Amino acid sequence: MQLIECPWCGPRDEIEFRYGGQAGIAYPGDPAAASDEEWAEYVFMRDNPRGWFHERWFHVHGCRTWFSIRRHTVTHEIERTPGSPGARDAGDPR
Amino acid sequence: MRRESGGRIDRSRVLRFTFDGRELTGHPGDTLASALLACGVRIVGRSVDLGRPRGIFTAGVEEPNALVRVGDEPMVAATAVELREGMRAWSLRGKGRLDPAAAAGDARHDKAYLHCDVLVVGGGPAGLAAALAAGETGARVVLLDGGPEFGGDLLSCRTLLDGAPAEEWISSVTARLAAFPEVRLLPRTTAIGYHDHNYVVAVEERDANRAAGDEGGQGGGGGGGTLGGRRLWHFRAGQIVLATGAHERSVAFPGNDRPGVMLASAARTYVNRYGVLPGRRAVVFTCTDSGHEAARDLAAAGVEIAEIVDPRRDGAVVTGTLADGEGILTGVVIGGREVACDLLAVSGGWNPAVHLFSQSRGRLRFDDALQAFVPEVSAQAERSAGACRGEYGAAAAVADGFAAGARAAEAAGLPARWQDGTTGPGGNGGGDPLRVPECDEPAQRSPAALWAVPAGDDGDRESFVDLQRDVTVADLGRAAGTGMRSVEHVKRYTTAGTGADQGKTSGAVTVGVVAGLLGASPGQVGTTTFRPPYTPVAFGVLAGRDRGRLSDPVRITAMHDRHVARGAFFENVGQWKRARHYPADGESMERAVERERRAARTGVAAMDASTLGKIEVRGRDAGEFLDRIYTNVFSSLPVGSCRYGLMCGADGMVLDDGVTTRLAGDRYLMTTTTGNAATVLDWLEEWHQTEWPHLEVSFTSVTDHWAVVAVVGPGARPVAETLVPGVDFDDFPFMTYRESAPARVFRISFSGELAYEINVPWWYGAALWEAALELGAVPYGTETMHVLRAEKGFAIVGQETDGTVTPQDLGMSWIVSGRKPDFVGKRSHSRPDTAGPGRKRLVGLVPARLPEAGVPATPDEPPGSGTPGAPEAAGEPGESGAAGDGEGTPTEGVLTEGVLTEGVLTEGVLTEGAQIVAAPGDRRMLGHLTSAYPGVALAMVRDAEAGDRLVAFDGREIPVTVVDPVFHDPGNTRRDGIPDAVRPLPAAADPEVTQWWRPERAVSPLAGFAERFAAAGTAGVTIREIPFLRMREVRGEAPKEGLRLGPGWWLTVEDPQTGAGAPAVDDGVDVSAQRAVVELAGPRVRDVLMTGCPIDLHPAVFEVGAHTQTLLARAQIVLHRAGPDVYRVLVRSSFAGYLAEWLLDALEGL
Ligand SMILES: [Zn+2]
Repeated sequence: MQLIECPWCGPRDEIEFRYGGQAGIAYPGDPAAASDEEWAEYVFMRDNPRGWFHERWFHVHGCRTWFSIRRHTVTHEIERTPGSPGARDAGDPR
Repeated sequence: MRRESGGRIDRSRVLRFTFDGRELTGHPGDTLASALLACGVRIVGRSVDLGRPRGIFTAGVEEPNALVRVGDEPMVAATAVELREGMRAWSLRGKGRLDPAAAAGDARHDKAYLHCDVLVVGGGPAGLAAALAAGETGARVVLLDGGPEFGGDLLSCRTLLDGAPAEEWISSVTARLAAFPEVRLLPRTTAIGYHDHNYVVAVEERDANRAAGDEGGQGGGGGGGTLGGRRLWHFRAGQIVLATGAHERSVAFPGNDRPGVMLASAARTYVNRYGVLPGRRAVVFTCTDSGHEAARDLAAAGVEIAEIVDPRRDGAVVTGTLADGEGILTGVVIGGREVACDLLAVSGGWNPAVHLFSQSRGRLRFDDALQAFVPEVSAQAERSAGACRGEYGAAAAVADGFAAGARAAEAAGLPARWQDGTTGPGGNGGGDPLRVPECDEPAQRSPAALWAVPAGDDGDRESFVDLQRDVTVADLGRAAGTGMRSVEHVKRYTTAGTGADQGKTSGAVTVGVVAGLLGASPGQVGTTTFRPPYTPVAFGVLAGRDRGRLSDPVRITAMHDRHVARGAFFENVGQWKRARHYPADGESMERAVERERRAARTGVAAMDASTLGKIEVRGRDAGEFLDRIYTNVFSSLPVGSCRYGLMCGADGMVLDDGVTTRLAGDRYLMTTTTGNAATVLDWLEEWHQTEWPHLEVSFTSVTDHWAVVAVVGPGARPVAETLVPGVDFDDFPFMTYRESAPARVFRISFSGELAYEINVPWWYGAALWEAALELGAVPYGTETMHVLRAEKGFAIVGQETDGTVTPQDLGMSWIVSGRKPDFVGKRSHSRPDTAGPGRKRLVGLVPARLPEAGVPATPDEPPGSGTPGAPEAAGEPGESGAAGDGEGTPTEGVLTEGVLTEGVLTEGVLTEGAQIVAAPGDRRMLGHLTSAYPGVALAMVRDAEAGDRLVAFDGREIPVTVVDPVFHDPGNTRRDGIPDAVRPLPAAADPEVTQWWRPERAVSPLAGFAERFAAAGTAGVTIREIPFLRMREVRGEAPKEGLRLGPGWWLTVEDPQTGAGAPAVDDGVDVSAQRAVVELAGPRVRDVLMTGCPIDLHPAVFEVGAHTQTLLARAQIVLHRAGPDVYRVLVRSSFAGYLAEWLLDALEGL
């Protein structure tokens, strides 16, 4: 059971979260202009590293904040990424 | 046999038990194994493959032989089971077996969650010392030990500490630990798993501990011969000290498995701790100094030591054993010389118990001096202390424990007090509590590096490495001979180490023997992977209280009890219970559905539609946001109007659908399918937070706030008018909504008939339902709802769709806006594989002919006179004379009257899931049948046009004709009702019933629990519902009164005593009935909450006034600490019944 640090609620058990996959995959600015290949890249293709991975989590059973962390896919070590998307309110203390 | 005196047993009391039906006795303090030995039982089982007799081999959880059935537990180690009065045990022949027919045990298991600064696993000298050093700092410490008493190996030997028996040191340390308010001592608790981020799971023999506490002495517990209730602890620790000790190992030599062969440490434990003589005349075969100590203790207890064989002296080894007719040891062979004995005590060396360390991903190394694997590099916030890292001896272990405990506390952020000359907070000024006692043990020399005695081929076949799996040196040789080099391969090939003991005594021997075979060192071979659980765990313990009705939350609507009272049959939709049909007088489902359907098509019927997801979408940019999410346009929707919408994933596939209504310029009410409500809310928040945070919009679930009754049918209007008298029904067009507080009415239809969906707060749901039925509406369930929608060709997300279906595939291109520049999924609709030909599309199917029942149509038979292109014929069964005769006679187009098997029409009608092929005998699938009801079938089929003849294959081959999927009223002529169908309202309708809005008709979600709550209250905890509190969810950054649920997200709640703090009605979204409020009060509330809530509830962490969203049991809650011992649990109304049952169950187990 991993312990994941929600920027709003603090550390919580993994079961309170939903995994959100790779972080930093932005919605293309002009989808109509994307080629079929580029669009398929956005929709379907994700990295799957053995090692550090920048990924998103959603505190679904808590404050319902999306945030991103860097996590090692082998050791499960977690490193917070300040100012990551979805962590806008991280500075707002409880 | 039992010694005259000695041992930590209570000879003043006798415990009776049976073994294989024999009536035997022991004493409190015994294990089942020690009592069996005391009674002279030598054979405790037969080996799994070879059926060889086996005796007790160890005195702990590492036991490979003495696996027995105890009560209803099919397989437990007799060496780790405390003897209890009335215990019934049986030996096993081969494997333990689970008997599905056996009655479930009555033991009550549960779970608990606890956070701490320092968790110490193991209560021997090192663990006690570590807990003391950490406890002295004021740290929150938990100390676990699997045994009933702390002390570990000190309880098994005669070591003197500071010149006194070790138990005096143990007593003083445990007393000191018990005095620390932040230290929790858990005997009889075995850590079974060390998981990510310092999460440790442990099993406590809770009933036994409670019984011991009650008696103030050694544990009984779990009467009736069972093992009693256990608790599965989940610890989250800042720092962990592993003080798990070491296991002695054997040596492989011929005949080393005879009853009478025992580990030297076990023999020592039996004489010292249990006052039992495991033999009268012993040979000790030892590679270690500890074996010599065992010999001394055996001799002191009166056992004749025939000989001590130590390979370090002249290479002496035991080369064989002698046995009597039963296979019991009578002597040993030492290099051709026979020595008579009835006990062979063996010490091959010690294996530090690195199981948990390895589970934590720590790295091991092989220590040549110790001849053992020891921890090298930690992977988590953990340190090992004492024998589990090769620091043997009591004094060394205590010193190591003090250091580890102090460093752990320091690392957890507490000031270290170790060796600074002061006493800790619990100090009494009586000297340094962290002084290492003087110990009389001799220093230990390195053990002999002996794993197996060379014995030749015949001998190797009798030289056992893994006693439980009957794996011999010869088996390992065969594995190596096939070319296996990895010990993991050898393990899987030979099964060595795969028994219930997971190789605790055999693993290192396997490695040593394999290393010898490969000409490598044990360190080069390495160990196999250590995996949880450390000791076997019963499935019932893992389940805890999540069994039976509590196994998964059951979500119910406000009308649930009314459905039950009417004899409804239910179906599970996700966690929801939905009324499927309401059989009258023993009707079959088929007949009930036909009756319900007819009411909806010809008169008036009512359905509980409360389970549909409901999300209030609010904010300046709400319309813009919905335009991006839905395939069609919502920003232009007039206020007061409803529109059906479809949303897609980025891949262009249909995600969900529903009707969304514009309540005001900046407020929409979205509905979702029942099963997707949570997914859609997540989806909206994901896009808002991660892609479009600049849009001013927020989402509030109101699914549980609103109870919904759909009043449906051509005669629906007078019923609806009576139910909501404040609405002008003359001015109420299709796809609009009207509000007459507290009701909202939506004129939308999922059946094609005139319909009004009346929404009222949960509290009034049951009353509204009764009122509708009092006014003559016929209740109908989800099965009829499915038939009605299928007849209209309405696809259901999740039934017709499966994540590979686009709106275009459903024939719904009309709902996909071409004008909007973009919406989620739009770009994917022009990808070659979604826009191209050959995709499966939604079609209707009708049977092409009427074959004789049970006789498959043969390929040679031409299709009969079907009704191609004439869906009206098949699609108007409700109006046909055949269906109107009141007998539910199958209508035209139905093969025969269906037969129900497990609720599915399996015979006579088309079958859901049937494969669609082009022609009889064809096996190329064109699609599959997604919905099938009498006369109506929908399918997803490629390359099909109306009029095509195809075959539905469900084991039978049934010719079908493709038709338009809209079977019923394709011209939509019926949605405004049929004046002729309007019937006068029942004259006898009782206004007391029909006036659902009267205040006294309101029912809170837990009203039915009031008496049970009152009865369950104790001095420790009381429980009550606080009903009808006004609540609103408010968004914004400005500080607000109330509970903060998340960033810019507030729940304002009126004060239950004063009504103060009541939210303003124009502020945010009314969610008063969305959640039920349960108040738990009393000094033991935390003991209740900890059994299901994973967050840290320590009173200094979760302070008075604190509140958060988290989980309790399997329900999402808002937890609010309203006072020092007062906690409020806010839970969604549909989950309230589940959580109330769970809480009552928890109170029972306190
Ligand atoms: Zn959170």
